[in-house]
Amino acid sequence: MIALKKGHGELARQIQERSGINFNACLHCRTCTNACPFVAGMDYPPNALLRLVQMGMEQEALESSTIWVCVGCNTCCSFCPMAIDIPAVMDSLREKALATGVKIAEPDIVSFHDEVLKTIEKYGRTHKLEIMMRYKLKKRDFLSDMGVGLKMLKKRKLDLTPSRIKDKQALKKIFKKQIKQHKIDKQ
Amino acid sequence: MGKKTYSFFPGCSLKASGHENTQSLLKFCDMVDIELEELPDWNCCGSSSAHSVNHDVARDLPLRNISLVPKGQPLLIACPSCLIRLKQSFLGLKNDGNLQKKYEQDWGRPFDPGLEIIHFFELFKRIQLKAYIKDPKTRLKGIKVAPYYGCMLSMPPDLRNEPSHYGLMEEALSSLGADVISYGYETQCCGTYLSVAKPKLSERVVTQIISRAMDAGAECLVTACAMCHLNLEIRCALKNPIPAFHFSELLSMALGAENQKKWFPKHIVDPLPLLKQRGLLKS
Repeated sequence: MIALKKGHGELARQIQERSGINFNACLHCRTCTNACPFVAGMDYPPNALLRLVQMGMEQEALESSTIWVCVGCNTCCSFCPMAIDIPAVMDSLREKALATGVKIAEPDIVSFHDEVLKTIEKYGRTHKLEIMMRYKLKKRDFLSDMGVGLKMLKKRKLDLTPSRIKDKQALKKIFKKQIKQHKIDKQ
Repeated sequence: MGKKTYSFFPGCSLKASGHENTQSLLKFCDMVDIELEELPDWNCCGSSSAHSVNHDVARDLPLRNISLVPKGQPLLIACPSCLIRLKQSFLGLKNDGNLQKKYEQDWGRPFDPGLEIIHFFELFKRIQLKAYIKDPKTRLKGIKVAPYYGCMLSMPPDLRNEPSHYGLMEEALSSLGADVISYGYETQCCGTYLSVAKPKLSERVVTQIISRAMDAGAECLVTACAMCHLNLEIRCALKNPIPAFHFSELLSMALGAENQKKWFPKHIVDPLPLLKQRGLLKS
């Protein structure tokens, strides 16, 4: 038996409001779970994660690896018989996880997103080489994937200089708050 | 026949990494009387990272691009991920009067509800390939291809009414004489950025996709996404994987493009031996 805590509906209400998605329509038919290509890397399959949110199990949901491993490929929601946009729910859960400062199950993924956003803030476009260098620097890991990186450089798949936009004011308008690296304690 | 002009949004992957994809796409369009005008001063769509961790930035980045499109021009987007980001933003804008006000204030242009945003597949459907090739069946004759869509055909529920392009590459390639292989993994996602942060997970799916295609007898894969192409090339754990082509490369080749020798050296898995073996490219 699962004893629901008082106010257990609050998390579901917040996530529903932020994402605009009614995931209470979920039948738990597991279509999403069977369709997900990355379920092997998740601690909770997608439908179980929705269940955690429905039951107000905030810590379990926000500290799950699932919300970070999901890449938003839309495979789950294109098959969902109830047309629930699960990746949009994941977006809101990630946002809440970062805002609440819970333990992040996949710090490398957050760190990657931060580096991507920093180059967009700087140049208006992503700069793969800089993203990779900074990501590796922060991880203090230069050896893994060295071969792949060199191959990509050789084949000119990593431009040395960034492609930039001219309208810097536009970027200031979009990035009102400066992108800061999320502080994540290694578990 | 006059040329039809489209506004062109390349996106970061094609602009700074998949150069051979861009070059072959431009060549193809030129050969079928389509003029592409790069969207002036376009910015990144926000990619997976913006919607993963920053809701407001994810909303605003695509909106600026939408505001830059010259009135009356359809917007062609080459990257499937950028396409979904821009289409969803456009839909959000269409349905939200307050957001329209903010958009007009931010970017100083009236919202145009008639803007058409299309993927390369949609444009391809509008072209009569036969008008440009006399002997289509000979152009890719004898090559065994495995079409690979990745996640590009999967649409979030609010875009479910968009036209489906399932089977488009199969039909096009077989009309050009290629032998199309069915292998069951055509729409499996490649893992996109997990390739960086969770390479083992990425390797697992990519290796599975390529192994299944090879087991089914494919000699090459064909994809219409630059991100997929990169992952197929760098994350396959097999010793001798088959090469992967961009759809635009094979199309341009079939139309008789002569500059393809500039594209293929940019591949990590060399496709030249296969093309020469099948007599599709003279050395």
